[in-house]
Amino acid sequence: MKGASRIAAISRQARQAGLAPGITLADARARIPRLWVEEMDRQADLALLEAIAEDCDRVTPIIVADAPDGLLLDVTGCGHLFGGEADMRSKLSQRFRKAGLSVRTVIAGAPDTARALARHGRIAIVPAGGEAAAVRSLPIAALELDPKDQIAISRAGLKTIGALADRPSALFIARFGEQMTVRLARLQGRAPSPLTPRRALPLLWAERRFPEPIGRSEDIEATLAGLAEEVCALLHERREGMRCVEASFHRADGAVRRIAVETGRGLREPAVVMRLFRERLDALADPIDPGFGFDLVRLCVLDAEPLAMLQPGLDGHALEADEIANLADRLSARFGQERVLRFVAVDTHDPDRAARTVPVLMEAPASVIWMKPEESEPPLRPPLVFDPPQPIAITFAEVPDGPPRAFRWRRLEHRIVSHEGPERIAPEWWRETPGEARDYYRVEDVEGRRFWLFRTGVYGGDEAPRWFLHGAFG
Amino acid sequence: MPKAELELLKREVAKLERGSSPSASARFSTGVSDLDDSLGGGLSRGALHEVFAQGMLDEASAAAFVIGLALRASGSAPVLWVRQDFVGLELGEIYAPGLAELGLSPERLILVRARDGPAVLRAGEEAARCPPLGAVIIEPWGNPKSLDLVASRRLMLAAGRSGVPLFMLRAGGSPLPSTAATRWSVKSAASTLLEAEAPGHPVFEVSLMRDRAGSMGRNWIVEWNRDARTFIPGATALAADIARTSGSPLSGGVVPVSPGRPHSQDIPDRRAG
Repeated sequence: MKGASRIAAISRQARQAGLAPGITLADARARIPRLWVEEMDRQADLALLEAIAEDCDRVTPIIVADAPDGLLLDVTGCGHLFGGEADMRSKLSQRFRKAGLSVRTVIAGAPDTARALARHGRIAIVPAGGEAAAVRSLPIAALELDPKDQIAISRAGLKTIGALADRPSALFIARFGEQMTVRLARLQGRAPSPLTPRRALPLLWAERRFPEPIGRSEDIEATLAGLAEEVCALLHERREGMRCVEASFHRADGAVRRIAVETGRGLREPAVVMRLFRERLDALADPIDPGFGFDLVRLCVLDAEPLAMLQPGLDGHALEADEIANLADRLSARFGQERVLRFVAVDTHDPDRAARTVPVLMEAPASVIWMKPEESEPPLRPPLVFDPPQPIAITFAEVPDGPPRAFRWRRLEHRIVSHEGPERIAPEWWRETPGEARDYYRVEDVEGRRFWLFRTGVYGGDEAPRWFLHGAFG
Repeated sequence: MPKAELELLKREVAKLERGSSPSASARFSTGVSDLDDSLGGGLSRGALHEVFAQGMLDEASAAAFVIGLALRASGSAPVLWVRQDFVGLELGEIYAPGLAELGLSPERLILVRARDGPAVLRAGEEAARCPPLGAVIIEPWGNPKSLDLVASRRLMLAAGRSGVPLFMLRAGGSPLPSTAATRWSVKSAASTLLEAEAPGHPVFEVSLMRDRAGSMGRNWIVEWNRDARTFIPGATALAADIARTSGSPLSGGVVPVSPGRPHSQDIPDRRAG
C-alpha cells in the first residue's frame, strides 16, 4: 500500500515483541532488526487452508472456508464421537499444533459468534444460549465494519460490543445503516448466518472411525458394506433412493480420497450399491492408497429422489427393468457414464443430426418418436454411417448430373448396377451454418454391396460437384 | 488366470455342455427352415455366436445379419451393443435411423463404447449375465490379444447361465481358437431389385464356418424381411421368378450355393487392398 511493504501476519512471539499486522516493514525492522520476514504467498495460503479444511472433514462434512485464515465447521451432533465438545476441541487443536500450525478454536452456537471469538476473544466454548453474553467484551472491531464507521463508533466512546448492544439499535440504524445491527444480531446468535459450504452438503451420511487405522482391502470393503446398509436404511425411512453417493477415505496423515458413484435412478439396496463401488474401485487408474491406514471412512448421499416402497415379485417387468438399470449403473461406474449411451431422436430432416446419443444415466430428455419405416420398403437409411462422410471419385456417369455408374472408394472401384434417387435433402437454412443441399442415392454395386451416396453442388456451377459415401447398408 | 480357476471354469463349461442348464439348450429360429434344420432347430440361445465379414466391404452386412439375429432372439427385450471406438472410425458409426429401418427400434438399444479389446470383453461378459436383456452384441476390433480361449469360455459361460444370446461381431478380425457355438461368415449378396431397378431388401450370403453340433461348411442366401422380423430364403431375381411361376412357397426358393466356393472355409487377408 502506497508503495511501502506492510506486515500482513505475525507469529505469537512477534506479537509479544510488540509488532502488529498493518505496520510497515521498515518500521518493524527498525524495532526488531533480526526480524524474519517471508513474502506473502496468497495462493499457497489458500492451498494450505484447503488442505486443513480437507483434514477437518474428519470431524464433519459441513465446512465453510473463511479465507484467508479461517474455517467454520458445523459440529452439531459431532461432539459425542470425540467424547464431548471440549475433548473434540482439544483433540483438533492438538492435531494442528503437531502439524506446526497455531490455531484458535472456539465452539459456539452460532457461526459468527465463534468466528468473532476466535479472532478477538478469549473464550473457548460458549455454553448454549450464552452467545450474547460471550461477545459483550469483544472490541468493536469484531463487527468488521468499514474503518470510518468503526472510528465513528469509537469516537462516540463505545469500545465494546456490550456497550453497543446496550443502546437502542434505532440510533445506529439511522447513522450506520441496517447492516450494523444485522451483524450485531449474528454475533449474538440472534440472527441466522448464511453459510456456503466448500462442497455440496450431503443429504445424509454414515461413517466409521477407527482408533487403529485400517488398510486391508477386505476391511475397507466390509466397512463400506456396513455403511451402505446404514445409508440405505436411512433412505428407506425417507422413502428415497440415492442418485449420487460418495465414499471418502480419510488417511491418518490427513489425505482424503473421494470416490463418487452416480446411478440412473433412485437406489437403496446395499448389495447393488456395493457392486457399483466394486466396479468403480476396480476401474480406478490410480487405486486408493491406504498408506498407513484409514482412520475414517464415510459414505455420503449427495443426491436422492423419492422412491416408492418396493413390492418385490408383484411386477416382474419392473424388476427386469431394474436389473437392466443396475447393469447400466455398473457399466457407467466402470467405464464412465459418457460411454454408456442410448439414442434420442431429433426432429429434423438433416441426416447428420437425426439422432444423438445421451448417457443412460441422464434424465430422459423430451424425445421425438423415431420414424417408423414404411411397410415393404427396403431400408432407406443405413445402419452404419461415416462421420464425416467419405469423399469418393465418380469414375463413370452416363450424364453429368445423373446417377453415378461407378465410383472409387478406398482404392477400390465399385460398379453400380442399380440405384434409387436422388433424394434431395435441403439444408436447414435457419441454422447458422446451414451447409449445402444434398442429393442422396441408394446404390448397389455388382458384388451386392449397398451404399448411401450423396452429391453436393451442381454441375455447371463455379465449383464442380463433390460426391461422398455417407453410409453402408447391409 | 490361476490354474485352479481355469480348472473350475473347465468343469463348469463341461457341466454346461452336458446340458444341465435349461437356458443353454433353448434355441431360436432364423426363419429359414433349411438353415434352422441344419443347426438342429435354430441357434442356441444361451451361447456365444461369432460372426465375421468376408471382406472389409461386407462388414455392414455382417452387422445387419447380427441385428437380424438379435431381433429374432430378443422379441421386444432390450439389446445391448458393446463397440470398440476404433470400429466406428473404420467401419462407420451406428446410425439409429438405420437401425429402425432394419426393425430395431433405437430406444431398445443400449450402446456401450469401449476403449479397447479387454474393455469390450469385460462389458460384454457383464452384460451377458443380465437375463432380462434380449441379446448382447459385442464388437472388438481385429484380433485382440485378450480374446483367447479362456475369454471366449467366460463369455460362453455367462451366456449359458443367463440364457442371453451373445453375438460377437469380429470386425476386422480373423478366426481364432474359440468356444463359440457357431461361427459365421457373411458376404453381401445381390438384392431382388424393386420397381425402377431400385436396390431391394438386404440380402446376405452366410456361411456356417463352424458349428459345435456338427454340420458346417454350408452356405445360404438369406434376405432380411423387416416387416415380419424374419429371415427368408433369399431369392435372386431368377429364382424368385421360378418360385412364382411354379407356385411353390417361398421356402422352396432356396438357392444352394456351390460349397466349393473359396470363401466358405477361410477368410482372405482383407487388409491387402
